[in-house]
Amino acid sequence: MNGQAESRGLNYQFVGDAELEIVFSGDWKVGAALPDMSGVLQQLDSRAVRQVRLLAGNLGEWDSRFLTQLTKIIDRGKERGLPVDTTELPGHVQELLRLAYAVPERAGARRDEKRIPMLAQFGSSVLEIFEDFKGFVEFVGEATLSVGAWLMGRARFRRVDLLQVVQECGAMAFPIVSLISVLVGLILAFVGAVQLQMFGAQVYIADLVGLGMAREMGALMTAIIVSGRTGAAFAAQLGTMNVNDEIDALKVMGISTFDFLVLPRMLALISMMPILCLYSILMGILGGAIVATSVFDISLTEYVNETLRAVHVRHFIIGLCKGAVFGVLIAIAGCMRGLQCGRSASAVGSAATSAVVTSIVLIVVSDAVMTLILNRLHL
Amino acid sequence: MYMANAVDNGPEPCIVVNDLTMAFGSFLIQEDLNFKVNRGDIFIVMGGSGCGKSTLLRHMIGLQRPAKGDVFYGTRSLWQGTASEREQILRNTGILFQSGALWSSMTLAENIVLPLGEFSDLSQAEMREIASLKLALVGLAGFEDYYPSEISGGMQKRAGLARAMALDPDILYFDEPSAGLDPISAKLLDDLILSLRDSLGATIVVVSHELASIFAIANDSIFLDSESKTMIAAGDPKKLLAETDDPRVLNFLTRGHPKSRLATPTESGSSFA
Repeated sequence: MNGQAESRGLNYQFVGDAELEIVFSGDWKVGAALPDMSGVLQQLDSRAVRQVRLLAGNLGEWDSRFLTQLTKIIDRGKERGLPVDTTELPGHVQELLRLAYAVPERAGARRDEKRIPMLAQFGSSVLEIFEDFKGFVEFVGEATLSVGAWLMGRARFRRVDLLQVVQECGAMAFPIVSLISVLVGLILAFVGAVQLQMFGAQVYIADLVGLGMAREMGALMTAIIVSGRTGAAFAAQLGTMNVNDEIDALKVMGISTFDFLVLPRMLALISMMPILCLYSILMGILGGAIVATSVFDISLTEYVNETLRAVHVRHFIIGLCKGAVFGVLIAIAGCMRGLQCGRSASAVGSAATSAVVTSIVLIVVSDAVMTLILNRLHL
Repeated sequence: MYMANAVDNGPEPCIVVNDLTMAFGSFLIQEDLNFKVNRGDIFIVMGGSGCGKSTLLRHMIGLQRPAKGDVFYGTRSLWQGTASEREQILRNTGILFQSGALWSSMTLAENIVLPLGEFSDLSQAEMREIASLKLALVGLAGFEDYYPSEISGGMQKRAGLARAMALDPDILYFDEPSAGLDPISAKLLDDLILSLRDSLGATIVVVSHELASIFAIANDSIFLDSESKTMIAAGDPKKLLAETDDPRVLNFLTRGHPKSRLATPTESGSSFA
């Protein structure tokens, strides 16, 4: 069984009875067409081989690709208990091979891909949701204690921080809130007007826009804007502080992260959200007025009078309360995701994403609940 | 079990780590750690990368609960008490984190004033004076109103040290103080650590694998090994270098050249300083 095969760059033959000689020649590098290795590897499996010798005939240029082929042969040899003689390869190759095999693979270090059955995956994601919920409840509890401590005058944070967050999430949000609210007012007016026109009841556009903005859309739109602007920023800020050990530094100094970081953010949002909401409602009504006066021939006085008749202070209060509730939820979601953040750059990104997703879910669910309750109470 | 009067007339233990086992879930990091840090010592926790040095530090400063065992400050247990007792104990310690961990939204002076304001009744002006003094002590006079992002990494570390010293703690922890510093800055930081110990009488625990600085400052140490997952040597590193029989410790202390043991520690240290 004197097997001999020839191919460009790779030859192998038996020397004597049991020694397999493998000769490499030509270029072995990225971009070169490499000969098929399977024949050689098959030869290694044959029982006749007792030892292997690697030779570089007239080896041309080579790079890591050559080494990977060599390690394939050496590894296969090791599996079969064959001595592989590399001493006749070029010095650089021998040195690199020595390096590659200098530190043995650490047992258990390699990560094998595990196939997890679907049911197990489902189970663990349900458990994850439970854990997440537990974390949320714990966080809300801690935040409540912190607010309690603040009311008793025991919680300490820097007033500058509070003012900075107030400016960041309040004053600087006015332009975007203006734009979105006016447009939402316009849209509401158009959507309603098409139907109302059929009955010649265009003047009720004012009722529709006024009630819609005051009770629902003002608070909802503001909350969604703020969760994207501010909730994500909270998560990113606190997440980066976590990556940077800044949170640990606070803990070690005995400074409560809740009092110092979460409380000012929560207070800022609770106080700013109603103001932003009120502004958003007024802007929405303005948007409705623009459509009503310019497209549907309703005079401004008529529109204003109708709005004043339809929308009571009660509706405004409902909207502003909703806004305050949303503010708390956004602050909680943002700060919670920030403090739960892992210790890498990508973790900060996912913390911000998850803060927005969490707060929007919380906003919409709580809005549904509140609307249902208000409806039951005939408010 | 640790007993306060076990050693008569010996040096006074300041921190006692008793039977400590550290683990993340079921993943064991180090087990059966027993050692004492004496008052006024510069104590080094050394070992290869990834052996759990910094994790040990996190256990000693109350950031991570041990899987087993406890840490005692004097006779007070860190982990058996409540969170507020823990806070009380740790009020006496200062920590320099590996990255400095300065609060990035505050200036250097504000970073130092914050812990002062939290735990003292000083007036703003007084606190500001103390902040300036601490910054001057670490060679950063005049940088009070800089934000951490505006100064270099070495300066951030020194500012972190100034913050760690804000409350004049009895115990200072350093997590890899010379990592990422150029040799001169690292040497200056070593000198600073020595003079702090001498002038303030502080007890200093340093996590490090920088041989040059280990030999320059330490007078006691433990060596953590990642293979056997426990401490395999303890004592003054210079003595360890001269006397140890353990090839792992010797390899570490001689930078992989056990035969160079005959060279004096300071020489072997300065060769890569």
